[in-house]
Amino acid sequence: MPGKVLIVDDEANIVISLEFLMEQAGYTVAVARTGEEAIEKIDSFHPDLVLLDVMLPGINGFDILQRIRQHFAPHEIAVVMLTAKGREVEVTKGLALGANAYITKPFSTRDLLAEVRRYLEPGEEHETLTN
Amino acid sequence: MIGGVMIAVALAYLGVLFAIAYYGDRRAACGRSIINNPYVYALSMGVYCTAWTYYGSVGRAAGSGLSFLPIYIGPTLIAVLWWFVLRKMVRISRINRITTIADFMASRYGKSTSLGGLVTVIAVIGIVPYISLQLDAVSASFMLLWRHPQATGVPAITPGGLDTALWVTLGMAAFAVLFGTRHLDVTEHHEGLVAAIAFESIVKLTAFLAVGFFVTFVLFEGPGDLFGQAQQEPALMQLLTFSDAMLDYGEWAWLTGLSMLAILFLPRQFQMAVLENMDEQHIRKASWLFPLYLLVINIFVLPIALAGLITFQGQPLDADLYVLGLPLMAGSELLALFVFIGGLSAATSMVIVDTVALSTMVSNDLMMPLLLQLRILRPGERGDYGGVLLAIRRVAIVAIMLMGYVYFRVTDTTASLVSIGLISFAAVAQFAPAFLGGIYWKGGTRAGALIGLIAGFLVWAYTLPLAALHSISGAPDAFLLNGPWGIAWLRPYNLFGLTGMDPVAHALFWSLFVNVAAYVGVSLFTQPTVLEQGQAARFVDVFDYASNSDAVFLWRGTATVEALRSLLERFLGAARTERLLDDYAHRRGMDWAATQQADAELVQHAERMLAGAMGAASARVAIASVVQEERLSMDEVLRILDETSQVRAYSRQLESRTQQLEQKSRELEAATKELRAANERLQELDRLKDDFISTVTHELRTPLTSIRAFSEILYDNPTIDVERRTRFLEIILKESERLTRLINQVLDLAKLESGAAEWSTTEVNMANLIGEAVTASSGMAAEKGVQISTQVENEPPLLVWADRDRIMQVMLNLLSNAVKFCPAEGGRVSVEAARQGQWLVVRVADNGQGITREDQKVIFDKFRQGGDPRRGRPQGTGLGLPISAQIIDHFGGKLWVESTPGEGATFVFTLPLPVDDKQ
Repeated sequence: MPGKVLIVDDEANIVISLEFLMEQAGYTVAVARTGEEAIEKIDSFHPDLVLLDVMLPGINGFDILQRIRQHFAPHEIAVVMLTAKGREVEVTKGLALGANAYITKPFSTRDLLAEVRRYLEPGEEHETLTN
Repeated sequence: MIGGVMIAVALAYLGVLFAIAYYGDRRAACGRSIINNPYVYALSMGVYCTAWTYYGSVGRAAGSGLSFLPIYIGPTLIAVLWWFVLRKMVRISRINRITTIADFMASRYGKSTSLGGLVTVIAVIGIVPYISLQLDAVSASFMLLWRHPQATGVPAITPGGLDTALWVTLGMAAFAVLFGTRHLDVTEHHEGLVAAIAFESIVKLTAFLAVGFFVTFVLFEGPGDLFGQAQQEPALMQLLTFSDAMLDYGEWAWLTGLSMLAILFLPRQFQMAVLENMDEQHIRKASWLFPLYLLVINIFVLPIALAGLITFQGQPLDADLYVLGLPLMAGSELLALFVFIGGLSAATSMVIVDTVALSTMVSNDLMMPLLLQLRILRPGERGDYGGVLLAIRRVAIVAIMLMGYVYFRVTDTTASLVSIGLISFAAVAQFAPAFLGGIYWKGGTRAGALIGLIAGFLVWAYTLPLAALHSISGAPDAFLLNGPWGIAWLRPYNLFGLTGMDPVAHALFWSLFVNVAAYVGVSLFTQPTVLEQGQAARFVDVFDYASNSDAVFLWRGTATVEALRSLLERFLGAARTERLLDDYAHRRGMDWAATQQADAELVQHAERMLAGAMGAASARVAIASVVQEERLSMDEVLRILDETSQVRAYSRQLESRTQQLEQKSRELEAATKELRAANERLQELDRLKDDFISTVTHELRTPLTSIRAFSEILYDNPTIDVERRTRFLEIILKESERLTRLINQVLDLAKLESGAAEWSTTEVNMANLIGEAVTASSGMAAEKGVQISTQVENEPPLLVWADRDRIMQVMLNLLSNAVKFCPAEGGRVSVEAARQGQWLVVRVADNGQGITREDQKVIFDKFRQGGDPRRGRPQGTGLGLPISAQIIDHFGGKLWVESTPGEGATFVFTLPLPVDDKQ
């Protein structure tokens, strides 16, 4: 069952890599470069999963996460935080606000894909795919 | 002249004095004192100048030239010391409510009734000759004037029949009684009296100056003529010079010294200068005003004396009366009358003040203690004793005046005024040792003062008045010539064989010698009582006592408030007692209804109140009659004093300790504040560093993320199409470059900020540099289709001292930013360089969308980039501008941005041009 992934990041090259990865895995992809755009896309695109950067111009990733969780439970929209800020507090804060996973940049593409599949294709066995 | 007219004028004058006194008292009652100024104070001291000065100085000058002067030199000299001596006397008197000089002495030596009585007796006896002097002068001048013109030059006194002197005596006594005993409390200022005395000082001065002018400029043709005529007479010339024949230096010195003591201790001087002083500050001005008064009143003494000698050659007129004789002689009766009034004023002022002072002494320091101790007056009984006090004073005045009259009658009536006056001076000089010792030496004791005074007084009496009685006939008798019972060393004028001295100097020498010797000697060998010690401290250290409340209360006993109250009422009257006690209670927040037992302080207060009316010694006796006093042993007193001083020392220590602590805590507080501020700064720096590292980490992770992601994608997808592979590889390369640049810039900035950067400063031609920078950026510009134009003012060459590579770095950074923010179509960048005064100004402008006001504030911060977030983050590290700003700052210039959103942005930097570059 193919899922819909919303990529939220302001780094053009990172967006390109994520877009490629998600499309290659068979997901429908939408991109938002700012917080405002992200909120708008959540309403219009109805993603199953959001790849969410924390450091965004305008509304930041934590604010977006909070808004998502006001309306959608983790099993309705999964949120995977992507951040270059790898500090413990940030991870804790993100998980406390209801993120499903927290991945630090730079990330391993395989780990990222595995994490995404875990939420979008829960019934399947992922171990084999990661290798 | 008609006697009736003279009497009428004299009475009118006395009436004027009454009016002035009345006015002065009224004003004082309204609280608008007319005497509370240094001028009236100094004038009131003019009471020093009596008939002696007025008539006697001329007589003295006519006899022995300038020897009238020491009597005025002494006061002038001691006036220099008034600020120290007189001020201390004033302060002590005010604090202790001193009423007379006898009271002062009694109070100092343990409130001794015997000492007060002794001083009173000496003062009365000593002043009697002085009063007789005034009677003599007034009656003589009266007679001279009255008999004019029938008998000019006839001796002034008619024997028997109409005794002028007696009438003068009675008249003056009546005046003094009316004038001087209107109030009971003698510590309250006699404002009316002082005003009248000051007025009299003006009258006598004016009259004397008037006659001086008249004699010098009317009778003679000015001083030149007068002294010219005098020069014709060799005898007169001697008067004008300090020749050995006329002048005895020893005598001068003695007389000067004597008058120095007299001005302090004559009862009337003590009254005016000490007791009537309103403000210690007045002493300052009076100490030159009063000597000035003395100088002015003496200016015409010598001219009048010379004129008299020339005019009355061979006539039997007493030289003491030249002052009056000269205008009479010239037929100027009106002036003569004025001169008579002047003389009367000189005499009355002395008589009034002295009798007021003496009668107060007699009542307070002699009669009252006697009456109380002999139980003739019993304070425990009902009755108005204030009236008794006043009656005593009135009787005393009349008695003193009559004694003066008797002295006048029995002594040598031909004796000069001055020699009579000097006898009085010598008498009051006996007070000096015990008085001055009392205010400067705590060791002086009551016994020492008593014995010294008695010894000095006896010597005085023997060598002066007694001797004077033995020369009534005019020629010295056997007593004087051979001594009593023929014992030569007891001759009154040559005691112990001392010869070669003037009788006054001789008497003064011996009397003061035995006085001082006895005072000091006995004081050293006697133990002062507790009370004496307390009083000694209060007097000697008067300036150390801020107020009475500071004093130590060396008293233990019991008294009821009721007993004290009734005692006060009897002497002060019910109304005044009520007022005084209420004041006291008010000041201390006490309630009389709830207080039955009087404490030490209240007892002392009551005693001071009483002292104001009856003197310290009497007050002490009166208080003792209602108080059950317990005698304090010396040990107890010492213990109390010791405790008190310990408590004081301790409180001083505490105070200074507190101050130290306060100081310390202030310092600590300041230090804490500093520490806190430093700590906050450090924390802020720490936070900034943390932020910086976190930001750098974030900035490094971002390109690294792309590099890793695309590397993995390419690795996992070996079959990816060539187009995409190329694109991904390009991204990897670009991000690698970005990473490198970022690392370089972070290191660069760190170096710049820490000051570790190396600079190679050379002369830089800005035109060349800008040209090279534009060339280097042209590739990037062409890529974006941006046109770069330059406009450089290079005539003369724009030369700056800077690091060429660093300035190039700035230029490239600004150019790349400008190109980056140019619109995709028709981008234009212009570079301008020009001089403005001492500055090189470089402007790099683009035609992009501009920078918002908010962004303008932050673009020079690290890792902050402007631009529209929707367009994604521009390629850059966010460190270019901060680094550029640091570089420009290093060379003394400034970098800033000017931009209106939508109309492009212009980055401007300045660099200082070398000063020697004149153009």
